[in-house]
Amino acid sequence: MSAPAATHAYIALFVSRFQLMLQYRGAVLAGFATQCWWGAIKVMILAAFYGAPAAAASAPITLSQAITYSWVGQGLLTLLPWMADPDIATAVRTGAVSYDRLRPLDFYALWFARAAGWIAARVVPRALLMAAFACLLLPLLGLAAWAWQPPSAVMAALLFAVSVVLALLLSTAMVMLLNIGVAALLDAAGLNALAAPLVIIFSGSLLPLSLLPDWMQVALLLQPFAGLLDIPLRLYFGQLSGPLAFAGLGLQAFWITVLVLTGRYWLARVLRRLEMQGG
Amino acid sequence: MSMSGVRLLPKLIGASLRAQTQYPTSAIARTIGQFFGNGIEILAVWALFDRFGAVRGWEFGEVAVFYGFVHVMFAIADALSRGFDVLGTDLLRTGEFDRLLLRPRTLTLQLIGHEFRISRAGRLAQGLAVLFIGAQLVGLEWTAATIALALWAIAGGVALFFALLVLQGTLSFWTIQSLEVANVLTYGGVQAAQFPLSLYNDWLRGVLTFVIPLACVAYFPVVSILGHPDPLGSPAWFAPVAPVAGFVVLGLAFVAWRFGVRHYTSTGS
Repeated sequence: MSAPAATHAYIALFVSRFQLMLQYRGAVLAGFATQCWWGAIKVMILAAFYGAPAAAASAPITLSQAITYSWVGQGLLTLLPWMADPDIATAVRTGAVSYDRLRPLDFYALWFARAAGWIAARVVPRALLMAAFACLLLPLLGLAAWAWQPPSAVMAALLFAVSVVLALLLSTAMVMLLNIGVAALLDAAGLNALAAPLVIIFSGSLLPLSLLPDWMQVALLLQPFAGLLDIPLRLYFGQLSGPLAFAGLGLQAFWITVLVLTGRYWLARVLRRLEMQGG
Repeated sequence: MSMSGVRLLPKLIGASLRAQTQYPTSAIARTIGQFFGNGIEILAVWALFDRFGAVRGWEFGEVAVFYGFVHVMFAIADALSRGFDVLGTDLLRTGEFDRLLLRPRTLTLQLIGHEFRISRAGRLAQGLAVLFIGAQLVGLEWTAATIALALWAIAGGVALFFALLVLQGTLSFWTIQSLEVANVLTYGGVQAAQFPLSLYNDWLRGVLTFVIPLACVAYFPVVSILGHPDPLGSPAWFAPVAPVAGFVVLGLAFVAWRFGVRHYTSTGS
């Protein structure tokens, strides 16, 4: 297959999965309700800790930024690589994966396009709902102090947008490692259970990384999970600007490259000794 | 019937545990995941205290005790209630529920034994670990009275979380799927009860006391165990009475459950 035709196939895989996942509107609303509750609790806890004036003055981000961080983090929750693609786990268990092996496409890219579509379709509606709630509705209700604040500048907004797209690719590369792990171990739940704690703390989803102790900061910024949420938000607040902004994006690109190469190498090894399940 | 029920439950739980140990790597990974997945959240609590110091008169050790209690409660209730949790997706949608109804054994016991998850031991262990570390940090003296109150509060908490999962199962008689939104009450409740109630705004305090009375099992008794004066001014006699709320909600949940079972018509073909 020629290169443009193959690219077209991957885009089609992405789009079809995206459209399929958008059908699950009930799940979106349920997830949104959960995330509003979670966000509200986080915001109240942060406000309580920021209540001590001396400590609040020396904090690396302001309360308003920490609140915005929490809402954006809730809106982008499904952007994070929580679990292996459930369809792939099923395909491996039932043996349906053999059909995918027969397609005249690059196997890694095939799964990657589908997983990216799956993640994007889950995150887009939830992020829009969260923005409508925390960015528009809360100020209208007179709760502007608890709201999701706009970015620091137009440039910051643009950098944030680019960084979120990189975060999607990074997250997909991580989901691919989980998918390959599922193919190797034939078990999704155990792997997912181990991945989730790493993701939740090191992405910043649990707590903005800059609020963690100062001596950890360099290591926290360099590790791969920071590119999922923390780097996009540092760009949003203008904490990373000028050359540093490009260093942030570069770091995301670096981890995408490393994880994709690792995934391709590992997938090739796993496929060599994959036993087909099912009859 | 009741004797057979008492003997039946250990058998169902035993069968469920044996099934899970057929994939030992997976069972171990899930248990470790439950330990760290929930345990890692205490790191965020610690980081906040490390940066900001005490919060409205509460110190880290005290918050760790609140955190430990609610995780112990939820771990036990969650292990017992899987059958109600997946009722819609795994049992009603597939028609499997009809088979449970046909068996001459108590429905509730069959659902409790449906899948008793070994991995919840991970959450229980981390809850206990955080509870004891917190108690050490604040120099808590365990007496017969505080131990009795702690066990009573945990019993009330297990009853309350179990009730929430029974209600979630009851709803699925109408929706024929397991509703993710019920996680707001269960996982969201755990999230909220990790911190002392006095940190929250009035509306949330009201919800957690009068609507889903988590504060009655995980705040008022724990304040008393800690010997910390309650910033909300609850009287001393209230702490040992409050956990009753968990059993009241459990009773109401089973009334709703019986109504749901009577309403049930099979989806099977």
